[in-house]
Amino acid sequence: MSLYDIIFYLFALLVLVSAFITVTSKNIVHSAFSLMFTLFGVAGIYVLLGADFLGVVQLLVYVGGILILMIFGVMMTNEITNVDIKTGTTQVVPAIIGVGLFAGALTSMMLRTGWNSQPSENMDTTTYAIGKLLLTEYVLIFELLGMLLLVALIGAASVARKEKE
Amino acid sequence: MLTEFGKIFIFILLAVVFVPLIVYVAKFIRPARPTKEKLKIYECGENPEGSPWIKFNIRFYVIALIFLIFDVEVVLLFPWALTYQDFGFYGFMVGIIFLLILGLGMAYEWRKGDLEWERPKPIPPILDDEPPAENEELKEESLTI
Repeated sequence: MSLYDIIFYLFALLVLVSAFITVTSKNIVHSAFSLMFTLFGVAGIYVLLGADFLGVVQLLVYVGGILILMIFGVMMTNEITNVDIKTGTTQVVPAIIGVGLFAGALTSMMLRTGWNSQPSENMDTTTYAIGKLLLTEYVLIFELLGMLLLVALIGAASVARKEKE
Repeated sequence: MLTEFGKIFIFILLAVVFVPLIVYVAKFIRPARPTKEKLKIYECGENPEGSPWIKFNIRFYVIALIFLIFDVEVVLLFPWALTYQDFGFYGFMVGIIFLLILGLGMAYEWRKGDLEWERPKPIPPILDDEPPAENEELKEESLTI
């Protein structure tokens, strides 16, 4: 087991344990906080897979942005400590069917994909290649992304704005 | 071979290990004489009152929402900033148009007053003639944790 493997299993363990706490914790603040470690671990795995730009995006947008939004959303609720989150087991049979179908689809996808088993320890950085594609092939998409962000910005602000009397 | 991300990983590892280690080592040196006052939650010298988990102002949420959009914008600008020089004026204009579109959103937010911070109206204190009650004397009794 190389150092690369050890680091991978470290991040995988971090993701699994914190995701488990996120799902099972009865305290919504603890859930949101442990979600941070899940997202961070996923970013680490992205980096280990050679997708360095995606890893940094995961850190900046998910850990730095969306999670803050979630914690603010939690803090906006009136009674944080008294929220009764149900973490018990209900609807066992439908859940088993749903999870089984999803797991089956994932497993078949895992088995059918021709995995690239090249060692990814000395990968080139991807940011430059992404930038080149954004300015040649996907230049329209790049500008459309700007439009999409503009729509999201205006929409979000008008929904969240307090109505003036 | 240590990649740049390897160095970042070492930093993270050091940061994670350092804090518990320092707290643990300090345990051997520091004197431990807790009193009731010392064990209280530190709240800028005031006596803590009520739960710290209060309902936040909605303005924080709106600001965080706006921040998230511009966060994504900055992330998308990183690959552009690396490559636009290879494409000359065309590459420069692509980024400028992208920025102008989002600048429009910024101007909209500004004009609509979403960036303003609503200040609560100050309530003038009402003075009553009764003298304030005597403060409780601080008790310095030793506690065990």
